[in-house]
Amino acid sequence: MTLNRRRFLATSAAATGALALPTMALGQSGPIRMGSVLDVSGIFSAYGEPMDMAQRLAVAEINADGGLLGREVEIVGFDTQSDMALYTQFAQRLVRQERVDVVQGGILSASREAIRQTLRRAETLYFYNVQYEGGVCDRNVFINGVTPAQQAEVLVPWAMSQSGPRVYILAADYNYGQITARWLQKYVGDNGGETVGVDFFPLDVADFGSTIARIQTVSPDLVIAPLVGGAHLSFFRQWAASGMNERIPLASTTMGVGNEHRVLTPEEGNGIMVAYNYAQELDTPANNAFKEAWAAAYGDTSLIHEIAVSHYMGVKLWAEGVRQAGTTERMPVIEALEDNLSIEGPSGVMTIDPQTHHATLDVHLMRFENQEMALVESLSQRPPVDTQAVCDLIANPDENTQFEIEI
Amino acid sequence: MDLSVVILIEVLYAIASLALISAGLAVVFGMMKVINLAHGEFMVLGGYATITAVGLGVNIFIAMLIIAPIVVGLFGLVVERLVFRHLYGRMIDTMLASWGLSLMMIGGFKMIFGNTTTGVAGPIPGFSVGNYQVNGYNLFVIVVSVLLLVAMVAVLRGTRFGLVARGTMQRSDMAAAMGHSPDRVYMTTFALGSALAGLAGGVMAPLVGLVPTAGAAFIAKAFITVIAGGPVLVAGLASAAGTFGLVNQVFSFLVSPVVGDVALLVAAVVLLRLIPRGITSRFFRGRI
Repeated sequence: MTLNRRRFLATSAAATGALALPTMALGQSGPIRMGSVLDVSGIFSAYGEPMDMAQRLAVAEINADGGLLGREVEIVGFDTQSDMALYTQFAQRLVRQERVDVVQGGILSASREAIRQTLRRAETLYFYNVQYEGGVCDRNVFINGVTPAQQAEVLVPWAMSQSGPRVYILAADYNYGQITARWLQKYVGDNGGETVGVDFFPLDVADFGSTIARIQTVSPDLVIAPLVGGAHLSFFRQWAASGMNERIPLASTTMGVGNEHRVLTPEEGNGIMVAYNYAQELDTPANNAFKEAWAAAYGDTSLIHEIAVSHYMGVKLWAEGVRQAGTTERMPVIEALEDNLSIEGPSGVMTIDPQTHHATLDVHLMRFENQEMALVESLSQRPPVDTQAVCDLIANPDENTQFEIEI
Repeated sequence: MDLSVVILIEVLYAIASLALISAGLAVVFGMMKVINLAHGEFMVLGGYATITAVGLGVNIFIAMLIIAPIVVGLFGLVVERLVFRHLYGRMIDTMLASWGLSLMMIGGFKMIFGNTTTGVAGPIPGFSVGNYQVNGYNLFVIVVSVLLLVAMVAVLRGTRFGLVARGTMQRSDMAAAMGHSPDRVYMTTFALGSALAGLAGGVMAPLVGLVPTAGAAFIAKAFITVIAGGPVLVAGLASAAGTFGLVNQVFSFLVSPVVGDVALLVAAVVLLRLIPRGITSRFFRGRI
């Protein structure tokens, strides 16, 4: 027999197909594969490690309930080691080699943008479950973290009512801080206040002495500080050390997200005003059950923070989407989620907003007291109005951008 | 009037903190010519020593002024015996070795203290100057720094050890011929330089959120200060810290902390262009 090119291709293709058949059949009945990329080590591990614990807990609970569609769920997780370059690498691997059904994860906005296009091109559903600056408009992505408007809209008027109309803003100098500062200014203006100063700080600035003196020269009624990371924690220390915490009230959109309020002493932290979707101190049956399950799995519940719970909710949202769709295929799951899909969990009811693929969720106004968050007021079901202003996936399903929201 | 007092305190504090974080490096690099890239990690070790001691119930002043220098000084002693003594006179090799050491130390901190932010609260309450509140701890840093510089002058100039150390750094063969063991002198000097880094780390601990990688924030400023200071140890330290601290704070206050850091670096570049061998190669020559 002569083996020409055409015949070789035909037979080898047939052989490959035959070999692939059993694995494909196996894929349908084997476990459902949930990919995850999280910074479990490195400088962001304080965020990533509890997120990883939360997703393992969520998946264990799903499997204990008999899995999804009668199949087990298995986590294919990679530790991105707080290195943005590894995100792209592991995302490629998840879609090419591991062929997962969904990807959950990403912590910093930079990491999300590093993998979002890869996952979109590979038609792999993606859940990003972290508080962020808002504006992502992509039908392949679901985001359940709090956006600036959801926080600022309620935090600003409350904090101003506790202090006064003249507000000074100190923000981290990257996209999150810049955009959040703009939202804060908008809501300060909307509530009849005045922004008397805005300063931005790179993430490695740790000396705020001159800033604290500058703030005093304009003597505002309130300081709002969306500062990020370990170096910026110094601000809260130095603010208290100069006795300013007795004089000018402080509010923040980030302080406490990674349990930073447990690092500050009670004297340094007391009185700081925040607004989050979750706090360990929420006394609801769902949250108490969640904390019990966490304690049973890991012992110590002190690591639980807002982002970990968001991530847990992200996994549960996806699981509910799969149940409703009756399949793990991407488009049916997206459509099921877009049908105002709603679940209840430790952070209350969370509903997918079909127009933006963001979440409508509860926001709680809280004040730090003795390293805990004391609940002041709960506001239920806040829609992501910032992203809604720019993003309409119902009208433009092919949209694929992160809008910088003009205010 | 009140404002100018506040700004004066901030400027003095900036100068004092620069001098403090650079003092250990001035001894190890300025005197001994060991490029210690692990200087920042030595400081972080001092910070962790302070925080751990405070956690064990030790008085915070004892923790940062005594325990931190002793811990880091002993650590420096061990490292000098194991690594640096084999590398004297080989500047580039010390750089590589100390860089490796700094990576190892960061890894060690992560394993022992966890990859998170820790800290202690400042022990001194704020006070008011007219209508302004000032961080009381800033004054403490200024006092510590002044005492430190005075003590360094006293030791280098007034004691026999200071004389021998200075002589050994200039001509170790002559020092050896006079009956002093250069090996001993180097060992002691390195340990003392490390202890100064530990002191700086301990004193800075209540001001910052300490993370295992915090050393990187200090190392560049420390090297710039020591290099710009030039060959004379204490006068160089004081004059370079004075120049940079003033420039940094004035711009921080007028514009923002970012511009303040930029101004510091620009000042360093201009200064080194005009006086490549440092301030004290032209002024204060022959002093200490």
